[in-house]
Amino acid sequence: MLEVKNLSIGFRTHAGLKSAVRNIDFTVRPGEIVGLVGESGSGKTITSLGVMGLLPPNAVVTGGEVLVDGVDILKLSAAELRKLRGRHVAMVFQDPMASLDPIFTCGDQIVEAILLHEPIGRANACKKARELLEKVRIPDPDRAMRSYPHELSGGQCQRIMIAMAVACKPRIIIADEPTTALDVTVQKQVLELLRALNKEVGAAVLLITHDLGVIYEVADRVVVMYAGNKMEEATTADLFAAPQNDYSRALIDSMPSPGKYEDRLPVIERDADGNIRSVRPEPKVKASPVPVAIKDETPILELRDLCKSYWVKPSPLSTPVEMRAVDQVSLTIAPRTTLGLVGESGCGKSTLSRVVMRLLEPSAGQILFKGKDIAKLPESQMRPFRRELAMVFQNPYGSLNPRHSVADLVEAPMAIFSDGDSASRQERVRTLIEAVGLPTTAAQKYPHEFSGGQRQRIAIARALALKPSLVICDEAVSALDVSVQAQVLNLLKDLQAEFDLTYLFISHDLSVVEHVSDTVAVMQKGKVVECGTASAIFSNPQEPYTRMLLEAVPTIGTPRCEKEGA
Amino acid sequence: MSASIAGALLLICRKLLTALIQLWVVATLIFSVMYIMPGDPVLLLLGADSNPSPEAIASMRAQLGLDQPAVSQYFVWLWNALHLDFGKSLTNGYPVSNYVMQNLPRTLELAFVAIIIAALVGVPLGVAAALKRGSTRDTVLTSIATLGISVPVYIVGTLLVLVFSLKLGWLPASGYTDIARNVVEHFRKLALPAIALGLGLAASIARMTRSSVLEILGRDFVRALRAKGMSERRIIWQHVLRNAAIPIVTIIGLQLGNLMGGTVLVEAMFNWPGLSTLLVGAVSARNYPLVQGSMLAIAAAFILINLLVELLYSLLDPRIRRKRS
Amino acid sequence: MILAAIRSQPAFLAGIIFIGLVIFIGIFGSWLAPQDPFLLHPDKVNQAGSAAHWLGTDEFGRDLLSRLLIGVQPTLMVAIGATAIAGFFGTFVGIAGAYGRPLASFLIMRGIDVMLSFPPILLALLAVGFWESGVLSLAVVIGVLYIPHFARVAHAATLQVTRMEFMEAERAMGASTWRVVFTAILPNILSPLVVQATLTVAAAILLESGLSFLGLGIVPPEPSWGQMIGTARGYLGQNPMYVIWPSLLLALTVLAINVVGDRLRDILDPRLREE
Repeated sequence: MLEVKNLSIGFRTHAGLKSAVRNIDFTVRPGEIVGLVGESGSGKTITSLGVMGLLPPNAVVTGGEVLVDGVDILKLSAAELRKLRGRHVAMVFQDPMASLDPIFTCGDQIVEAILLHEPIGRANACKKARELLEKVRIPDPDRAMRSYPHELSGGQCQRIMIAMAVACKPRIIIADEPTTALDVTVQKQVLELLRALNKEVGAAVLLITHDLGVIYEVADRVVVMYAGNKMEEATTADLFAAPQNDYSRALIDSMPSPGKYEDRLPVIERDADGNIRSVRPEPKVKASPVPVAIKDETPILELRDLCKSYWVKPSPLSTPVEMRAVDQVSLTIAPRTTLGLVGESGCGKSTLSRVVMRLLEPSAGQILFKGKDIAKLPESQMRPFRRELAMVFQNPYGSLNPRHSVADLVEAPMAIFSDGDSASRQERVRTLIEAVGLPTTAAQKYPHEFSGGQRQRIAIARALALKPSLVICDEAVSALDVSVQAQVLNLLKDLQAEFDLTYLFISHDLSVVEHVSDTVAVMQKGKVVECGTASAIFSNPQEPYTRMLLEAVPTIGTPRCEKEGA
Repeated sequence: MSASIAGALLLICRKLLTALIQLWVVATLIFSVMYIMPGDPVLLLLGADSNPSPEAIASMRAQLGLDQPAVSQYFVWLWNALHLDFGKSLTNGYPVSNYVMQNLPRTLELAFVAIIIAALVGVPLGVAAALKRGSTRDTVLTSIATLGISVPVYIVGTLLVLVFSLKLGWLPASGYTDIARNVVEHFRKLALPAIALGLGLAASIARMTRSSVLEILGRDFVRALRAKGMSERRIIWQHVLRNAAIPIVTIIGLQLGNLMGGTVLVEAMFNWPGLSTLLVGAVSARNYPLVQGSMLAIAAAFILINLLVELLYSLLDPRIRRKRS
Repeated sequence: MILAAIRSQPAFLAGIIFIGLVIFIGIFGSWLAPQDPFLLHPDKVNQAGSAAHWLGTDEFGRDLLSRLLIGVQPTLMVAIGATAIAGFFGTFVGIAGAYGRPLASFLIMRGIDVMLSFPPILLALLAVGFWESGVLSLAVVIGVLYIPHFARVAHAATLQVTRMEFMEAERAMGASTWRVVFTAILPNILSPLVVQATLTVAAAILLESGLSFLGLGIVPPEPSWGQMIGTARGYLGQNPMYVIWPSLLLALTVLAINVVGDRLRDILDPRLREE
């Protein structure tokens, strides 16, 4: 049993001790899965590291106890703590590939983990390791034993990590974002595995995640954290049915969930007294609303049999074979609508967006932009189309040149096309900064002074600078916290109404895609397997792959996998 | 498995091919440099002051093959170089390859001994500093290492001579004795140049070792190993050092390659008759064939050592040894 | 940021002060020299320090302190000139190698590999062996020899920058190559280049003094530290301080530059700055 009592942790900084976690209390009983949920900066990871005694050197426990079966591990010596770790308390990390030593085979590493705490001899340990790999349902366990981490996929590496974690039948397992780096179908398998193993081993599991869907799927009880404080502790059913705390309620509200259409998502706001509440903003309406009728207009973008191939060698000696990252994709997007393009990592959706932007050369097929084929245009003739096409990238930390001020960044497209004089450009920059909801003082600041959500607003302002007609959003909200994601999604919808924008919205997150899209295309291995209106795809999927994706999404309000008797 | 062996063979072949091409480009450059350089070797050879007769010049030119067109000279030279024939010394007519073969082992010996000293001193110090990052020990060791890379080798050498041969009289200040003639004397004369060379290298190896070990210590898997309950000592010996060994071995190998010509100052100040001594002498005497021969030998040794280092590197690192197909 | 580092790290501050001092001497050395550095005193050869000659005299009885002071200038000029040449050409060669067309970048990087198969000192020896030696030719030769080193750093940094999403964003906006190089790449690879520049200054000083030590660099009677060390080696028995003084100054100068370079690397390293 794991009991955390009044735990407080701070960071040593130049300006003294900065508190990161304050008076956290919770208990995890054997056989139970407790979810620790919170957004970035909530202190959930620091809490978990504190529980393992693995805090970084500049962090200190300032108070409280961490009791593992009644023993306060914060008072243990390093040697005693070490004996506890692995045997008694095991941990599963976020990035499975990086958490394995790259120069040892996976088999060696599991064997090593077993022998650390159970001196049963190498041969026996090998046998046990193989059994464990079977237990975590890894395909071809013998091969996995011989493989180096880089030869396995992320999901397989996470299975190895889990096998290692349960090797010594620990009493407590701490899983820190164990599925965040994985695809949704793999996430489902790993979560099911975690749950099934826990039934067998009977450990107390502390599951740390930012994803409420994951919590809903597997956790028995939930602890909600915000800015270093515990907000609420409740059983999973109670929390989702009737959240007691304002923050928990706001957090649950701001998640787009399938099957529940909303025009705008509620966002979390703090009022003057610092109280948190959930606000549902009204959609911005244009003075002269444009009819949304889309029937007779020519599509903004039409792709016909678009292909992008790479030539790869399956083994060093064989002749290269064609690998189609994008395989005969045909799509149309009507003006002022949003096409959601959804698929798992490696399905070719990002490649597709780069081909449409002509950042990559298409191998075959046509890209009709407002009826004109731009697939083979040389860069000089492509230029006028670059005004009309804009892109918002995934990583708000990487897509803004860190050496430019916000004003420079937003002005860049206008500067490239020598649009207007300096004064009119400055005026436009100011309008855009306001339009994306940033204070006008932001113009002179640099990207690193902003949070992720604010940076994404800057990127959106830049994309709109030349009044484009098509904006490609490549995983534009994937790196953001749920509540920030809700704000940015609302902003995108407002801007669409205000500037008559058309979006190609690429995401791996089905709930988000359902929320923003008019039409949806599902991609798998370079092909579009299904395409239709959002409501049709989500309520009545035709293709088995689409159904599998939809079933894998951990969603609130649908029966949990174990209750289905899966 | 057979695919991975074939892959390894292919890797070796490709690296071998790159090395050969590099060697060929270098050889071509060395040949052409001799044409760019000012001064007519024939005049130099005959002595420009003595006003040699045109006949003498012409006959000397023919003797050196310089009356042929440049392209044919190039191919003849390249063909001969392939057979390790670099022509004859202009001063006394001995084959250049004899000189090279005589001096190459001496440079190799000096370089190997220096690099062994450097590795034996540098690696442990670098590891010791990294494991106690930020401590007094770390500060002292890093400061010494920074000092070590800042003091030029000839100052170290001069100070060593001042202390060990002039004040204490333990070791000879310079010179070379053939190992066949007197083993003890050979190594007594090797000691000071090797130490002078090794100390500076030790400092740079210590710095690189420290940063490699620190880089590995910051990786996620080290935290995962701690979470498994592995002792700190075992984490370091079994995992951190083995991972860090890959870049460290590479760095040491590359340093060794650099020593092929990098011994020049030490060879000069200790009168160690190695390859670069040969080259310096040849340059000042405008002895073109000897310059070409010794430069080619230095470059070939460098490229060969680098090739071996790269192969060793891919052997050590499974991520390169077994590329995911 | 740099100011904060100066305040918190005495070694960094000391390094900067020492470099400043060396540059000052480099500029005003001939005014500072207490005696004529070229005046021969055949009667006072190889003397130890005295009231007349604080640091003693050299093998021709010239005042050692004065020669040390004016010996800074040629070394500094060679080092700074060489770094400017290497920095300017190396940066653009490196960017071209990383951002240019595939064939061009292949040829550039292979060319750099070839140049790196010879230690710089060897090529420098070759060059000064055939050409006349002087401040200008030394600066050019050393500068050219360090182009590949600089290019490698610029190449690696550019590769890192080109993988960032904002490079894609620039291209998506239709930015010209010119704009990408000057607004997106250059400002973002400046930090490693600054560090490389300090290291190149140190390396160039070592290289120049090494050549002068061998008698192939700065031509006597004009003094330079390396040359003085080389000469003094012949008089180790008579006047050991003759070799110690220039050695000490040379080592301290290079040490100061290296310390400052190391600190700059730590300060400018984005991985350390994120925290």
